Amino acid sequence: MSVAGEYKKLIWRRTFFGIFSLFLLLILSLVALTLGSYNISFQDILGEIVDGNPVLWNVRIPRILTSIFVGSSLALSGAVMQCVLRNPLASPFTLGISQGAAFGAAIAIVFFGAGQVHRIGESLTIFNPYLVLIFAFLGSLISAIVILILAKLRDLSPEAIILAGVAMSALFQAAVMLIQYFATDVQVASIVFWTFGDVGRARWIEIYLIVASFIICFLYFLYHRWDYNSLLAGDETAISMGVNTQKIRLEGMIVSSFLTAVCISFTGIIGFVGLIAPHVVRLLIGGDYRFLIPNCAVVGAVVLLISDTVGRIALSPVIIPVGIITSILGAPMFIYLLLRGGKGVRG
Amino acid sequence: MLEVEGLSFSYGNREVLRKIAFSVKEGEMLFILGPNGSGKTTLLKCLNRILKPKGAIYVDKVDLGKISSFEIAKKFGYVPQRGEISFLTVFDAVLLGRRPYIKWEAKKEDLMIVEETIRMLGIEHLALRKLNELSGGELQLVLIARAFAQRPKYLLLDEPTNNLDIKNQVEVMRIIRKAVKEKGISAIVSMHDVNIALSYADKMMLLKDGKIFAFGGVEILDGKMLKEVFGIEAEIVRYNGRMLVVPEV
Repeated sequence: MSVAGEYKKLIWRRTFFGIFSLFLLLILSLVALTLGSYNISFQDILGEIVDGNPVLWNVRIPRILTSIFVGSSLALSGAVMQCVLRNPLASPFTLGISQGAAFGAAIAIVFFGAGQVHRIGESLTIFNPYLVLIFAFLGSLISAIVILILAKLRDLSPEAIILAGVAMSALFQAAVMLIQYFATDVQVASIVFWTFGDVGRARWIEIYLIVASFIICFLYFLYHRWDYNSLLAGDETAISMGVNTQKIRLEGMIVSSFLTAVCISFTGIIGFVGLIAPHVVRLLIGGDYRFLIPNCAVVGAVVLLISDTVGRIALSPVIIPVGIITSILGAPMFIYLLLRGGKGVRG
Repeated sequence: MLEVEGLSFSYGNREVLRKIAFSVKEGEMLFILGPNGSGKTTLLKCLNRILKPKGAIYVDKVDLGKISSFEIAKKFGYVPQRGEISFLTVFDAVLLGRRPYIKWEAKKEDLMIVEETIRMLGIEHLALRKLNELSGGELQLVLIARAFAQRPKYLLLDEPTNNLDIKNQVEVMRIIRKAVKEKGISAIVSMHDVNIALSYADKMMLLKDGKIFAFGGVEILDGKMLKEVFGIEAEIVRYNGRMLVVPEV
């Protein structure tokens, strides 16, 4: 058999993995719809959706859609950040980009009245999602730009870049606490509630925003998949193949920060999804960004959906915010990657 | 034909290349020799505008400064001194050489060119292995294959025989020479090993302190020049019609 023929088989295997995980996501979504304090059997689920069951349409479907698209978005952002920074430890959370977004959103909520909790313990209502989003994006950009400048000026190791991310996170967390200091009780409650990432608070308008942003950014990333593969070969080789590495790097960080900011604005900080999903995909089908990008989107969705579903049913009727679950899953993986000493940078 | 005029390049205040001018014809192998730090690698990187030098570079009278980076990438294939360690397969890595030609996805033609190139370099048995599993010599062949897959007019090779054992050195140089002669392309090779250069060169350039010290056929090289450029005492002997540099030890 020809080499190209064998290669096509390999491509088919990678494609099959994508189809399989998409199917898995569909099944998981249907299972997640049945679970919860209001019981719906698996057989009835499609009928109940068509009949417009309010528990499904007002609670579970929005929640599951949020899990899927936020999981996808964070995983995509992580995969792209890992490539453009050539750093296997990079992700929106570990670089402090999520925390920057949270800081921006907190400013919008407290100082510009973009959202609040009506009573302590009740979920946060965002009055002006666009304003929150703009501030979150600006906050995320602060981290992204600091990281990019550090990576460019000093030839820092992947670990050192992550330490800079830790420093940015600490700074933004302190800033958020400072905002709380000046906020009213209700505002404090809203910020605290919202720093625990939770996919249950996004409303339809916010879900539309998340989905639209996801689609645009996904297409952008997919369009540049060859450029990301070229970056894996090193800057000089990438340039010699006609790739504008500086532009790809800058745009990649800005677009992934934007996508992160959209998610964080409406769910709060959810850590480690952007770290876990790309590494799982790389382990299973290799580092080719043509396949890594779509598969990360699906696997990120699967990871967050499972995490949220576990959070919903583990201590039912109490719901554990999904950010707590992903941190429990992600922290050991992060330590494992650290122990490997930053290997596997390049896809 | 590649023509270089008044090419200068500085890293900050440090001028690395000064007013370099030369030309290379189709089917020629040009070797760039010179001591460490004389600017060999920098010159290669200037030719396909990985670095942005002053001066002008023309390919068949077309100014490289005026065409897109993808158009430049279709003219120049570049093989760096050191290969990357990634988890891409060899086929994926060589397919990257088709990047300047790919609009949305690799076409059948691209796959065929990759297959042909992989066979030309005799690495078809490695096609589905990952780069991080290869030996230094195998990786070097993959990098060369990627540059060939770009279907360039000019191959820029930075120390292609570094880290290779003697068998692989001969193999790699033979493959490059064969491709240059058969496909009518040109190779510009930076090289430390003067004897390999003498064995394969059509033209040689000796660089010293960022300037061209001498340029011409292999016959220009003599003991005096070696002393002035490299600071060594050496004798040039002829063996079976080939020139060999034998340094004093």
